[in-house]
Amino acid sequence: MKHRYLKNVATLRLSAEKCIGCGRCAEVCPHGVFSVSEKKAQIKDKDRCMECGACAKNCPANAITVDSGVGCAAAVIMGWLTGSEPSCDCSSGEECC
Amino acid sequence: MSNEKSCCCSASSCCSTKSITPYDKNDKWVTVEIYTPKGSVPVVSTNLHFKDIFGAWKVRWGIGRMNYKISPGLYAVGKPDHTSPVLVSANYKLTFDVLRKELSGLDCWILILDTKGINVWCAAGKGTFGTYELVNRISKTGLSEIVSHRKLVLPQLGAPGVSAHEVTKQTGFSVVYGPVRAKDIKAFLDSDFKATEEMRTVKFTMWDRLVLTPIELVAAAKFSLVVFGILFLLNLFAARPFGLADFIAYTGAVITGTIITPLLLPVIPGKAFAWKGWLMGLIWTFGFIWYSGWFAPESLLLAIGYLLVLPSFSAYLAMNFTGSSTYTSFSGVIKEMKIAVPLIAISLIVGIVLLLINSIWV
Repeated sequence: MKHRYLKNVATLRLSAEKCIGCGRCAEVCPHGVFSVSEKKAQIKDKDRCMECGACAKNCPANAITVDSGVGCAAAVIMGWLTGSEPSCDCSSGEECC
Repeated sequence: MSNEKSCCCSASSCCSTKSITPYDKNDKWVTVEIYTPKGSVPVVSTNLHFKDIFGAWKVRWGIGRMNYKISPGLYAVGKPDHTSPVLVSANYKLTFDVLRKELSGLDCWILILDTKGINVWCAAGKGTFGTYELVNRISKTGLSEIVSHRKLVLPQLGAPGVSAHEVTKQTGFSVVYGPVRAKDIKAFLDSDFKATEEMRTVKFTMWDRLVLTPIELVAAAKFSLVVFGILFLLNLFAARPFGLADFIAYTGAVITGTIITPLLLPVIPGKAFAWKGWLMGLIWTFGFIWYSGWFAPESLLLAIGYLLVLPSFSAYLAMNFTGSSTYTSFSGVIKEMKIAVPLIAISLIVGIVLLLINSIWV
């Protein structure tokens, strides 16, 4: 059974103008969000985007933007309470996500 | 050894004794050493021993999980030479074991980055499995003098941290993203570095979810000790002390939020994790209250209190599982939380007040 999460929230944007059709985004996307045809990438299923940021990081033409973030719910709540950015910094010792 | 010629020279600059990657001589997973122009490299076994399997079990339960790591650097599998492929991975021992057990019969190099003992995907999200560390590790190990080709195979889930074109620009190595799962590596190498769409897609099977639940349960159990402590103190002057039935009701709600909801995730109606957890928690609580006969007029306050507290608590625990899931977007989680957290908080507070009234004054 396929997992689906909330619709119309992903912040993924692709500029067709800047896209050079290298296909790197389709290669790195863990959810098959992109397809490439006629030397241009397309977003075929945006609601499957989990905002990991792999596509934007690996796009040599800077054609993709996405607000990627990490953190478990507990870290987000701590962020709200303390007014800081939500972060789930496992390397600082305390057990987290 | 395949590199004999380029290695054992007579000059003082000889490579033969220098070790590229430090390791503990007691580690059973290192079998021998292989000599390269830059020094010796530990060769690792592709079999897991009892210690590796027990170690994996321990970290799944959160025991020593933040300190389960190996030295970053270069390792060898089989008898690799200068033409053998280079696989890049993280220095979380669990990750390393999952990788090496899939490499039997292969001759390859493994370049381990220092991800502070965190798995590839989480480390990529934080940037420790990243461009900077990869570029540094290539130069520290002298990789470009050990292999003659200029190609690195990275796990696909490392892509959020690594900018492939930047790595090429800075080191001359081109980056190929391999399959998501280590078990597909052989097929990937056999098909000339081509990953199928199936190899590229992240799944989240019931088994994937099951292995993640112990850590959620352990975190909830730690919190629960505090709850039990408070209840114990309350019992000292409570008119209706908390007993076994309350303990079962509460524990059931914890298990519903940390294990049942994650396991049944795709079949529970709805999309938001908090909603799914709340629904399952409601079913549990309703069922248990009905079974215990708490819907009777004299214990109605108790019933309403628990119906407000327990499903909300399951909802919170389930919502935390978004951090472990492989398909929730951060924007989605924030949207869900903006609605769920206030509702959970209000429901919890009102419910706790009712339970206290019921316990102390009634």
